[in-house]
Amino acid sequence: MASGVKPRVKVPKSASAGEVVTIKTLISHTMESGHRKDSDGKVIPREIINRFTCDFNDQNVIDVMLAPAISTNPYFEFQAKVPEAGEFTFTWYDDDGSVYTESKKIKAG
Amino acid sequence: MNLTRRDALALGAGATSLAVLPLPALADVPMVGALADFTGGAAMSEGGVSLTAPEIAENGKSVPIEVDAPGVAIFAFGPLAGSQSASTRIRLAGTQNVVAVAKMANGSFAQATKEVKVIIGGCGG
Repeated sequence: MASGVKPRVKVPKSASAGEVVTIKTLISHTMESGHRKDSDGKVIPREIINRFTCDFNDQNVIDVMLAPAISTNPYFEFQAKVPEAGEFTFTWYDDDGSVYTESKKIKAG
Repeated sequence: MNLTRRDALALGAGATSLAVLPLPALADVPMVGALADFTGGAAMSEGGVSLTAPEIAENGKSVPIEVDAPGVAIFAFGPLAGSQSASTRIRLAGTQNVVAVAKMANGSFAQATKEVKVIIGGCGG
């Protein structure tokens, strides 16, 4: 696991049924592109988050494939429809096989 | 970008999917590499996609882009996506065109292009 990886997610506390809410996510990650060289001229191996998904009550909201051109600390902002109270789960997949998850509950009302 | 056309189609099943690619600043945007993989060579229409990117990016390490209706990333919108829009931050080495290609739910493709001038390149050396 890469060091210092910390997911942060902003989800409203509550939403009325059927409401569309804006979700912001950020995860601290170096996103080493695999194109950079160190001071000895050796290529620094690629280590990025290659996939990000967001689901609500096991239904998919967004599924993003990331390439090395995504900036350090990948940030995503998108909109999700909330049909009922439930839980958002956010998953980030690292090149090294690590999976980082975060979940946020949202109330109806 | 290790994404085959089949993957892109699978991702896009039942949802609109979006690819964002930076290409060298050229008058004509050639269909190359990942872009051709994503569309499978299908013709693209202009319009229907809006790409918001700064005209001048001070720091190429983190260029905010926003794609409405989105190489760098492929966004597949699921059944609960509130709208087919998303924003993120991308790396740009220098001034270039950023192209957004959207695969619509009916299988057609649309694109939007914007040139972004980069002052400090963001890909390191």
